[in-house]
Amino acid sequence: MSETSVARKETYSYDDDIVKMFLIATLVFGAVALLLGVFIALQLANWKLNLGLQWTTFGRLRPLHTNAAIFAFAGNGIFAGIYYSSQRLLRTRMYSDLLSRIHFWGWQAIIAAAAITLPLGLTVGKEYAELEWPIAWVINIVWVIFGFNFFKTLQIRRERHMYVAIWFYIGTIVTVALLHVLNTIQIPVSFWKSYPVYSGVQDALVQWWYGHNAVAFVLTTPFLGLMYYFLPKAADKPVYSYRLSIVHFWSLVFIYIWAGPHHLLYTALPDWAQTLGMVFSVMLIAPSWGGMINGLLTLRGAWDRVRQEPVLKFFVAGLTFYGMATFEGPLLSIKSVSALGHYTDWIIGHVHGGALGWNGFLIFAMTYWLVPKLWKTELFSVRMANAHFWIGFLGTVLYMVSMWVAGITQGLMWRAVDASGRLVYPDFVETVIKIVPLYWVRALGGTLYLFGFVLLLINVVKTVRSAPKSEKRETVSGLGLADSKPEVYAGKPHRMLEGLPGVFTVLSLVAVLVGTFFELAPTFLSGEFAPTVVGLKPYTGLQLHGRDIYVREGCYTCHSQMIRPLVWETKRYGDYSRAEESIYDRPFQWGSKRTGPDLARVGSKYPDLWHYRHMMDPREVAPGSIMPAYPWLFKGKTDFEIISKKLSVMKSLGVPYSDADVENAEADARREAQAIADKLISEGADPKTAEKEIIPLISYLQRLGQDYKKGAIK
Amino acid sequence: MSILFLLLPVALLLGFGFLFAFIWGASGGQFDDLETPAHRVLLPDSTEEFKTGEKRHV
Repeated sequence: MSETSVARKETYSYDDDIVKMFLIATLVFGAVALLLGVFIALQLANWKLNLGLQWTTFGRLRPLHTNAAIFAFAGNGIFAGIYYSSQRLLRTRMYSDLLSRIHFWGWQAIIAAAAITLPLGLTVGKEYAELEWPIAWVINIVWVIFGFNFFKTLQIRRERHMYVAIWFYIGTIVTVALLHVLNTIQIPVSFWKSYPVYSGVQDALVQWWYGHNAVAFVLTTPFLGLMYYFLPKAADKPVYSYRLSIVHFWSLVFIYIWAGPHHLLYTALPDWAQTLGMVFSVMLIAPSWGGMINGLLTLRGAWDRVRQEPVLKFFVAGLTFYGMATFEGPLLSIKSVSALGHYTDWIIGHVHGGALGWNGFLIFAMTYWLVPKLWKTELFSVRMANAHFWIGFLGTVLYMVSMWVAGITQGLMWRAVDASGRLVYPDFVETVIKIVPLYWVRALGGTLYLFGFVLLLINVVKTVRSAPKSEKRETVSGLGLADSKPEVYAGKPHRMLEGLPGVFTVLSLVAVLVGTFFELAPTFLSGEFAPTVVGLKPYTGLQLHGRDIYVREGCYTCHSQMIRPLVWETKRYGDYSRAEESIYDRPFQWGSKRTGPDLARVGSKYPDLWHYRHMMDPREVAPGSIMPAYPWLFKGKTDFEIISKKLSVMKSLGVPYSDADVENAEADARREAQAIADKLISEGADPKTAEKEIIPLISYLQRLGQDYKKGAIK
Repeated sequence: MSILFLLLPVALLLGFGFLFAFIWGASGGQFDDLETPAHRVLLPDSTEEFKTGEKRHV
């Protein structure tokens, strides 16, 4: 009695407006992400849909699609779920409504900035981390605001026990902050152009450490947190095993962080790092399936309701797709499987099993459950929601299966060698033409999924319209935090330190690390990175500028620059890539997908005129190619003035340019461009070519693989 | 590969950070009761739902 008397009865209310705001943003950007996805899928089926405009080519829209899907659609969905569930689990309103709103509008501003900059070709050129440095900084700030608001809410909680979902949110917030900060340390050249401090192998390792954990800590841990809250609520059943959920959480977060190198199997990354990544990736199946099983078994005794309720249908299918994707992931992380699957559409199929089947379906389940609750009404049409489920399910399956078949077909064609040891399909385009029909099937799957999503939108709009007009603010009453230590909740200052020592330690460490890295990393790393390979010359100013055009156009979304030490690869592309070859590459451009052939050794393979004609109209020199044309490269003028600045930034990062190189960069680049142009003009090119952007791009492409060919690399 | 000097400590830091958070959570009694929390989530939000959890302290 003495203890309970300490707890006072308190009245409070939840901030559900912020949940509504994030939920609406989720649906708006879901439509954008899916529309973009269908559009770029059609571009792969028919190249004409690149529309001949620089802003609408695949290379620029693909990053926009992935960013919209991951950070705008899934991101807003996570926030909606976190704001709804955390307040209830912690039995308190968010610490600050203002911070919640700054978080909301800041996040939407980031999305708007991405939607403008990416089609303009302003990109870092690293997957899922494309946004240029000013935007990356805003992300850091907005994320910290979100984290601060969340942790302050933890402090003022009325429920002492933190439900497992909360643990997942904590893991997400801390880890995403660290990953994003470390992967976006870059030195600006101008307001919209920067170079990463890491180069080559280093950059690859950091990027995929980040990239894979974007999957882990944006698309997995927060969604599992949401699953642990919304699934029991929707099923009205306690989670199958709370103990398992605890084990699931701690094992998952510990193992995931190591799995990144499975994106770099058979590349120039040192073998032991590849093996480490592979081993941890295979281990991941245990916690992943633990989570799936825990979710599915939560429905024990409620399976009959799955037949009627679309919310449960989406949960069950979502969890099953999660199980499939987390079986496929470890499988693809085994080196011999990766040898077949890497660079092919299999990976695209794998990713979409997770994105459409797991993330999408979980957001749909949450939406169908939340909307009636938030607007205090009934769902407009359960039938329509069920129709959405089946259409979305069919769309996802069509997508996955078509990409599996396309990926494995193409992977097998790439490696096919006849009895005399020659490639059966030496012409890359042959292997593309073969799978174009499957690109149509994929586009159909995506369209179905989009159509299902439209049904959801209609359903939500109709539901919200039917909501009662006058809303009374709902208050909740409950006891304050009951505890044997009265001072803990007496509002004294030291409560803050006492409340969350572990989390605060981690957070303060992160804060300290950020500063330290920004201060030390450039000098420390440049010293470490100073290229020591004798005879390995850095890019000329013109080549470097051409490389930036290559990055701007998103060439890496379809072309790799990494020949693996596999017989059929070296037969097709030349000797395998060495780590030293990308020592000056900021960012690294190893790529992750070959819709077109590898370019690591393309230099001097074709004459300049071939590239000139190819960029003007790929089909003129490569019949059957699905690559877009790049006519604007023949109109846009090269910005020679900026080259000197680029060289000086590279020099500060340790690239061995002399002061004279930097000073004369512009004149040197013009001279080099003129020489290339003169030859092209004599072969019939436009007389004004020397000024145009096609020239630096050609000079870069002709440089690729030359260090090796000239014997500078052993 | 000098980036490993950075990434390994960071990965270890995260790992140990989580381990530390686990130990802190466990020693703080977060995992003492592995039954009630699963059920408490299901209680309606607008009632005095803390009653079950409260018993621990009485």
